[in-house]
Amino acid sequence: MTRAKAAGLFMSFLARLITGAQGHWHGCPPKAEQRIYFANHQSHFDWVLIWASLPRDLRAMTRPIAARDYWTAGRLKHWLTREVFNAVYVDRVRTDDQDPLEPLAEALRGGDSLVIFPEGTRGSQGEPQAFKTGLYHLAEQFPGVQLIPTWVDNVQRVMPKGEVVPVPILCSVIFGAPMQLRPGEDKRAFLARARDAVITLRKALH
Amino acid sequence: MGSLRQLAVPQQVGLLFLIVFGALTLATIAVFLHSLRDLDPARQATHDRLARDLRAVWIGSVLFWISWVLGAVAATLLFALVSFLALREFITLTHTRRADHRALIAAFFVVLPLQYVLAGSRAFGAFTVFIPVYAFAALPILAALGNDATRFLERAAKIQWGTMVCVYGMSHAPALLLLDLKGFDQRGAFLVLYLVLVVGVSQLVQELASRRLRRRPVARRISRSFSWGSWGLGALAGGLVGALLYWITPFKPPQAFLIGFVAAGCGMLGELVMKALKRDAGVRRWGNRPSITGAVGLLDRVAPLCFAAPVFFHSVRWYFGA
Repeated sequence: MTRAKAAGLFMSFLARLITGAQGHWHGCPPKAEQRIYFANHQSHFDWVLIWASLPRDLRAMTRPIAARDYWTAGRLKHWLTREVFNAVYVDRVRTDDQDPLEPLAEALRGGDSLVIFPEGTRGSQGEPQAFKTGLYHLAEQFPGVQLIPTWVDNVQRVMPKGEVVPVPILCSVIFGAPMQLRPGEDKRAFLARARDAVITLRKALH
Repeated sequence: MGSLRQLAVPQQVGLLFLIVFGALTLATIAVFLHSLRDLDPARQATHDRLARDLRAVWIGSVLFWISWVLGAVAATLLFALVSFLALREFITLTHTRRADHRALIAAFFVVLPLQYVLAGSRAFGAFTVFIPVYAFAALPILAALGNDATRFLERAAKIQWGTMVCVYGMSHAPALLLLDLKGFDQRGAFLVLYLVLVVGVSQLVQELASRRLRRRPVARRISRSFSWGSWGLGALAGGLVGALLYWITPFKPPQAFLIGFVAAGCGMLGELVMKALKRDAGVRRWGNRPSITGAVGLLDRVAPLCFAAPVFFHSVRWYFGA
């Protein structure tokens, strides 16, 4: 076993010990199909939780998005995102001649699944903020990839913004039914529908 | 049975495990044979629940056996882990706020490990007062420093209660392992087994009795199955099992009966309290099915033990002046 694999196992063990990281597959089975999971974003812990709640063989092909400037800054952060999580790096600073979604499109062309947080930043509590347009463009470019709405529950209690040590509290991740871009669907309508799909999952839970 | 007491420790251990695992194997075979028959859906549900409960007992017994083989330190660690998981479930069910973050971290990562270190190092004086005195003073201070007065008393009480039941109560089980009684050295683990069996059997009997008797529940809004009749039968069964097991304890048969009765009675009342807590948290479903929070029901299983262990521990200690 390589060091990265061992670190990955340790991280998922830790996530399970602290949060339980239970995956509930409500709308689709955990299958090795190419997928984009899009989820609400409340804490740095979200990605690890989603990742740990996936079956182990899906973890290898499911990649997070990481901001290049932040996650390549330190050696540990860089190693963690590159070797353990196999993250897709994106630039936060936009340059004119470059499509910011290009790294994501490249990963999808390579057959990988992605986890994205379309809110862009970590929200506080309550309803997720409006979704950014990246999800729409990806759905348009890759009609064959399943879009899975995902709700991460309770995680803001584990590690509120500004705290460093997580409190052990059970969390669950709910995966909903796959959705697709309808023919001729407007960008704004699609994004609202996607956001509703995520929020509905929370209501299914409580 | 007096002759059983004369046996050497390893022989007693062997005999006990033969009895426990033999009974479990028989029960498993019976459940399996039962599963071959055609059952209507209601009976099927009861059957499934029984099968799951049996699996839980198997896991518990095997874990117990492993910890026995590995010695007191491993057993203490095992109980600490169960304590951690139970507290995790408890805190998930209660509504804490952001300002409680530091208090919760202290409860999980300071109070819990320290309590088990105290148990492991046999510092029973400090072990007994550490949580009720020091932790109970420190936790609300940390919560108050969080600068949020909303439902403060309720939040503080919930964290203290969780610590009391899941950490303080539970930690008395491994403490029994380490208790030094005159003429009873090396046999603390028997006391733990005695306690676990007594509490477990009484719960099982109570559950069966409440289904057969159909008496009026004492506290309908909390539990529909708890009645004094089924409680009495459960406690009696606990006492009888305790008396039958007297040869692994330092007690005489009547004492063993009495202590078993008290521990079993406490355990069942503890379960009732835990049901009230869960009702308050809005959890209606019970047992193995994952609830809204994904809690899996470990708390229900260990609550009786958490309530019975301190009473048992302190009565044994007081009686023997250890």
